Amino acid sequence: MSARHLAEAVRSGARSARSVLDEHLDAISAREPEIHAFNVVLTEEATAAADEIDRRVAAGEDPGPLAGVPVAVKDNMCTRGIPTTCSSRILEGWIPPYDATVVERLAAAGAVMVGKTNLDEFAMGSSTENSAFGVTRNPLDTTKVPGGSSGGSAAAVAAGFVPLSLGSDTGGSIRQPAALCGVVGVKPTYGAVSRYGLVAFASSLDQIGPFARTVSDAALLLEVISGHDPLDSTSIPEAPADLTSVLDRGVEGMRIGIIEELSGDVLEGIAGDVRARLGEAAAALEAAGATVETTSVPSTVYGLSAYYVIAPAEASSNLARYDGVRFGLRVDAATSGEMHSATRTAGFGDEVKRRIMLGTYALSAGYYDAYYGKSQKVRTLIVDDFARAYGRYDLLLSPTSPTTAFSLGEKTADPMTMYLTDVCTIPSNLAGHPSMSVPFGVGDDGMPVGVQVLAPAMGEPAMFRAAAVLEAAAPPGAAA
Amino acid sequence: MSGSAPEIVPGWETVIGLEVHAELATVTKMFSGAPNRFGGEPNTNIDPVSLGLPGTLPVLNGRAVELAIRVGLALNCTVQRSVFARKNYFYPDMPKDFQISQFDLPINGEGWLELADGRRIGIERAHLEEDTGKSTHVGGGGRIHEAGHSLVDYNRAGVPLIEIVGRPDLRGTEDARAYVSELRSILVAIGASDGKMEEGSMRVDCNVSVRPVGQVELGTRCEVKNINSLRSLGRAIEYESRRQVDLLTAGERIEQQTRHWNEDEGRTHKLRSKEEAFDYRYFPEPDLMPVEPSEEWIAEIRAALPLLPRERRHRLAEAAGVETSATSLTVDRGLDDLAMATIHLGADAGRVLVHLENNLADGVGLLTAESFAALIALETGGDLTATQAKTVLASLVAEGGDPAAIASAKGFEAMDSGELEAIVDRIIAEHPDDWAALIAGDDKERKKKSGFFVGEAMKATRGQADGRAVNELLARRSAG
Amino acid sequence: MTERITRQDVAHVADLARLSLTDDELDAFTVQLADILDHAADLDALDLADVSPTAHPLPLVNVFRDDVIGPTSDRDEVLAAAPSVEDSQFKVPPVLGEGL
Repeated sequence: MSARHLAEAVRSGARSARSVLDEHLDAISAREPEIHAFNVVLTEEATAAADEIDRRVAAGEDPGPLAGVPVAVKDNMCTRGIPTTCSSRILEGWIPPYDATVVERLAAAGAVMVGKTNLDEFAMGSSTENSAFGVTRNPLDTTKVPGGSSGGSAAAVAAGFVPLSLGSDTGGSIRQPAALCGVVGVKPTYGAVSRYGLVAFASSLDQIGPFARTVSDAALLLEVISGHDPLDSTSIPEAPADLTSVLDRGVEGMRIGIIEELSGDVLEGIAGDVRARLGEAAAALEAAGATVETTSVPSTVYGLSAYYVIAPAEASSNLARYDGVRFGLRVDAATSGEMHSATRTAGFGDEVKRRIMLGTYALSAGYYDAYYGKSQKVRTLIVDDFARAYGRYDLLLSPTSPTTAFSLGEKTADPMTMYLTDVCTIPSNLAGHPSMSVPFGVGDDGMPVGVQVLAPAMGEPAMFRAAAVLEAAAPPGAAA
Repeated sequence: MSGSAPEIVPGWETVIGLEVHAELATVTKMFSGAPNRFGGEPNTNIDPVSLGLPGTLPVLNGRAVELAIRVGLALNCTVQRSVFARKNYFYPDMPKDFQISQFDLPINGEGWLELADGRRIGIERAHLEEDTGKSTHVGGGGRIHEAGHSLVDYNRAGVPLIEIVGRPDLRGTEDARAYVSELRSILVAIGASDGKMEEGSMRVDCNVSVRPVGQVELGTRCEVKNINSLRSLGRAIEYESRRQVDLLTAGERIEQQTRHWNEDEGRTHKLRSKEEAFDYRYFPEPDLMPVEPSEEWIAEIRAALPLLPRERRHRLAEAAGVETSATSLTVDRGLDDLAMATIHLGADAGRVLVHLENNLADGVGLLTAESFAALIALETGGDLTATQAKTVLASLVAEGGDPAAIASAKGFEAMDSGELEAIVDRIIAEHPDDWAALIAGDDKERKKKSGFFVGEAMKATRGQADGRAVNELLARRSAG
Repeated sequence: MTERITRQDVAHVADLARLSLTDDELDAFTVQLADILDHAADLDALDLADVSPTAHPLPLVNVFRDDVIGPTSDRDEVLAAAPSVEDSQFKVPPVLGEGL
């Protein structure tokens, strides 16, 4: 049942929030030990919250558009009184004294938070294998990764543990796991959703967004969490556009460009089955009345290189505060300086250390211009190329991930191989544009393929219209 | 620059450039609503943002920007588009282990400050940044390099600072003190800071170099930190000048260093060399947007600026017909408005300044411009002697009232000119030898004898005679 | 292939980032970082002389808040999260050298 229908049932009194919750808790009990989507399941808190929703409905109140809908929240968003770990030893046991803005908005909309989901440590990774608390498995094939870094949130939706979840996307961390798990995943326009309370990875790239099993549910959740927040200086002041009311408007007359560079003609490694599904998706949009053609957005091929300088640079600074003084882990030593090193060395995993060092190097005296400075210029090229493309097209299209879900352990030995899985998703982050992954059939291995719809800043309405068309036209997906 | 500054070591010139940090007089911190308040129980003026908790974001205090622009305008700086940057280094009293500051794009560019003697000292920039917390060393005899531990209080963390970087245009301890005093007067006058060095709300770092008198090229400088008063500033400059001259005369070279002033020992010691300087890895703060003050906003702030000390000195100097340096004491005491008003009422400017500097050091009490002007009119009109005027002035300060009435109550009757002539003629008759000496004597002798006759006249009138009137009578009689 | 990053560079960077690496880790990270930086070498071919940098995707400026006191933290709650506390302050091992 969709989140939209669950909320309607709870608001009308047709179903109790408690029964909805219990049903989902049962699903979690059945498969969570195998999947490990969650760092923590909040059975007690969720039960109390569901009972409160039921009390309010009984009292004639309207608990909101997500009344009684169970949601899962990626464990890098702060939750007051509930541990927030970022799947890192360095934050193990830390209990934030405040709620992230999105967490407050979920509660205000009547949603019931059932747990905090697993991720690659500090959202750094593409497979959720970098978690300090163990890997998350793909519910469609538990020998495969769910993608990452929001693998727990993607898996929780794909496994039917929750109809909705929140992830964060810095270079593809919502869209890529959505594709690999066969669900809808949205990275909104930078600034559309408040980052206050999202533990920062790379501040100029991070965005929170929804996972859902349907395009309509994703729109519903995005509407709930969007909107200006005075606690985030990078929050867009304008009111967000209405999404759910435009979903069925189709794509008739839209001009859509397939990004040549990200669709296999330029970059190696885009799998044949993925390319085939992309072609079918394009045909479906054309059939629905859009004009679709291949187009060049040349600098997108440099996105990965620029990203792996900019994101680590910002991260090296964002992650400095884990120093053993105010919260989290401390490993004691004779001096404060030695204590910082001992704490950070013990508390961070290898991928986090790698990126901190990479970013520190890129910003250090003598190398700034060669790496950080240059990457910022490449970012300009990408922004400009997108601007040119959106002068001709309403939307752009590409695969979300070069391949379907890969096997656990397949790419852990070679960081660069893992990074390459984000090649199609990174450009939107660098430009601050929205994009989303929509499931579109399966690959040769029977695992889901995602198609990425890209839009210019604030272009969510058109993006969701195209996503709805793709959803309706999609061949059968994989079953969990 | 004038070459008249006293040499600390004969034959050597000391060149000084100061970096002054002043806490801005806002109600809240730079990036959050925690109070900006001095003192208080440790760790009470804090919130998640000023503690740098994971997930928190800075939002810029508009009032801090306004005060920074005021400072820029008062220092004749170019107010410009500015960008915040992160200055990265680990230190326990810095919650995020980076400081939000401004680097290549400060809010205030090039400007100048005018000393009381009219010399202009260059200002390189005046930028915004956040303050750190405070760590106190405990145990091990209070010495930082001995065992024990440190305690950190974050009350001060995030308090807005303006850092004013001066050019190396100062030439001695007096220059340095005069610069700091003038800067403090300006900051207080415009309401930007309380300027209290003793509470640490104004802190001075001092760049010192020496060169043989006549040499144009600057010597290698050392930066001295931890200067907490104007007295230590002078002592530190003297110590550092001698240390550097000693090294140079011994044939050694100066190493560019950061040095720490130890007030108890009266010496500086090395903190780190240029090679050991921190690699701060500055980069644009991605959580904050640029500040672009509009022309209108700048004009509005400029229009609301009060008169600056420099403008007050020039105004009074012009009104009084004296050099600006002759007005600085009156301006420093905040008595120039009274001086201006009194002069505008027609009072003799010279007498106004003399009374303000010599007879009103302890405040003006109930004295008004009107009563002050009336008093000076009585004095210059010959109705009161200088001594009597001083007595009446003291009474005006203490109780207010009408100067003529006070003079009369004290029995300071203005002497009838015929009466005074008779007394003077009688004294001349009683002292024929002295009178002959006055008439025959040279200038020096005449002066001496005039003094004698004035003294006798005072004796005869119990001080009620006007000295100037007696002198005039003597001149007339001797010429006749 | 030019040497993108040396073992000494990695050791220096680890020190700046307050991370201690074993010799084996140093070797491994040097190879991995060099590999990543090599990939970024594709940017070397671009002519970027006339391109201005983009630090941020949003075009906003002058985002201010009012100078009004907001809620402060409960000190006990904050201190309870700290690894070590004394006299209502955060307790740390002695600090060598100076900050600012």
